[in-house]
Amino acid sequence: MGPNRTYLLIAPAMLVIGIFMVLPLFLAVAYSFMTANPYGGVTAPATFDAYLQFLYQRDFDDSLVFSPSYALIILRSIYLAIATTLICLVLGLPVAWYIVCQTPERRRVLLFAVTLPFWINTLIRTYCWILILRDEGLANGALRHAGIISDPLPLLYNDGSILLGLVYTFLPFMVLPIYSTLERIDPRLIEAAHDLYASRAAVFRRIVWPLARPGALAGATLVFAPALGSFLAPDLLGGGKKLLIGSLIQMQFTSSRNWPFGAALSTVVTVVVLTVFVIRSRRAQEERR
Amino acid sequence: MIDIQSVSKSFVTRDADPVHALNDVSLEIYDNEFFTLLGPSGCGKTTLLRLIAGFEAPSSGTIRIAGSDVAALPPQKRPVNTVFQSYALFPHMSVAENVAFGLEMQNAPKSLIDERVREALEMVRLEGFATRRPAQLSGGQQQRVAVARALAPKPSVLLLDEPLSALDLKLRKGMQSELKRLQRETGITFVLVTHDQEEALAMSDRIAVMRSGDVLQVGTPRDIYDNPQDRFVADFIGESNLLPGAALGRDPAKTIVVRPEHIVVSPASDGARGHARGAVSAITFLGSDTLYEIVLEEGARLQSRSRGGAALATGDRVVVDWARDAERELAN
Repeated sequence: MGPNRTYLLIAPAMLVIGIFMVLPLFLAVAYSFMTANPYGGVTAPATFDAYLQFLYQRDFDDSLVFSPSYALIILRSIYLAIATTLICLVLGLPVAWYIVCQTPERRRVLLFAVTLPFWINTLIRTYCWILILRDEGLANGALRHAGIISDPLPLLYNDGSILLGLVYTFLPFMVLPIYSTLERIDPRLIEAAHDLYASRAAVFRRIVWPLARPGALAGATLVFAPALGSFLAPDLLGGGKKLLIGSLIQMQFTSSRNWPFGAALSTVVTVVVLTVFVIRSRRAQEERR
Repeated sequence: MIDIQSVSKSFVTRDADPVHALNDVSLEIYDNEFFTLLGPSGCGKTTLLRLIAGFEAPSSGTIRIAGSDVAALPPQKRPVNTVFQSYALFPHMSVAENVAFGLEMQNAPKSLIDERVREALEMVRLEGFATRRPAQLSGGQQQRVAVARALAPKPSVLLLDEPLSALDLKLRKGMQSELKRLQRETGITFVLVTHDQEEALAMSDRIAVMRSGDVLQVGTPRDIYDNPQDRFVADFIGESNLLPGAALGRDPAKTIVVRPEHIVVSPASDGARGHARGAVSAITFLGSDTLYEIVLEEGARLQSRSRGGAALATGDRVVVDWARDAERELAN
């Protein structure tokens, strides 16, 4: 194979990505400018209605009234996704550091433990949290048994339980990239810093954290993007009372049968995530200079 | 400056017996001295350096730096800075930030830091490189930054762990005299670890020769070269002929050590007298010197190195001789 034909090697992968990812993305954007078909799908004519629906409600007399409820759902989703990312960072960094400090064999075992949840279906794992958190669940049972409480605590169906579910689901995506950057830090650098009178806190602040930051940023993106669109944890652990963007989109394609609106919401989420991406990579480039 | 008393260090390994890296080592390193720990890899020299720096704790024994026991002090509390073999420069900081790091950690005022950084970079001749990143420097330049970084806080002792081993020969020679100059200019005690005996002889005020966790001999380079007290030292430092006593018709329990440059070879036909007779087995021309390899009649081999060249050819029968005070008699 000639050197200028090596692109043939990536052709199958490009084909798969093109057909199953890029094409649907354009389809979604295209659908968002169509009219909803009451039986699902879309029909002509092309319209901005789906995007208008995002901020305005069509009144009985066909006039548009400002209605922020969908925008609030998006803001709440972004807020929960950011909170999830921060909590994952605070929990994940020490875990990654601990694993790096172990012997190679123990590292392998611990890394396997971090990826262990991937082997079990997310749905099942999320249901397990219901068993733990509900009024007659394990957590309340244990607390009652220990005599700490008499009435069950409302652990389930609130923002806290959604957050718990999201952190639980996405924590490995934070630990693994941070681990891979920490692993590459030469231990001599840490010795050198101590040798130059740096305390443990100073070593972390001046050496470990700056060198681990690319991993933390990668982890943050890997957590933030899926957390923003997630609907399993919010639906099951949030009780579906307060919608998040992921559930809202899912509803548009199923029970609400409003594909253009679902597609428009998806486009908005994609734009939010892409914006974060662009800002991030700009920053990273500036830092490298 | 550094007083090492009966220090031992063993490392516990999971499956084997503990590894004894140092066995009851005692050493005194003086103020303002260029001291070298010399030995082959695995002799414990780096372990000893790491004990002084505080990266490891001794299994037993005491280490005093400037009079005080440092057993309880972590590396960041010891008046000692290290130049690492891999340099260990902070990749995310500029050259100036690297050099400033130690002083910053000591909370030195900004004006003093700037002055010392400038001074240190001047000392290693890297004035124009303050804003570069380590990755933009050559190996030799990185080495200088590592030295400047360790010198900037003006420690009592500078530890150098094989600092020149990653440089090519020419650069290494240059850095040798450079480090020697820095030691004299700063008056800081330098402790160098190396496996290169030439480097040790060229740079040190005193040398400790080590092997498998023991210090075999401590002395000035000349003392160690001229009066090796151990077969290993004689063999490791410079070129040596280790001749079994029996080959020279002497006490078979002794080894006779003679340096190649002290051996005079002359044709046997002249009726010359000497310590032994043999035949030339190889001649190597080295430029200013010529190296003769000779097989003695008793079977031992030796090398003679002489200025110019006697009119000898391979296979010639020869007599080898040396002055009595040029030889050392050591126990086998």
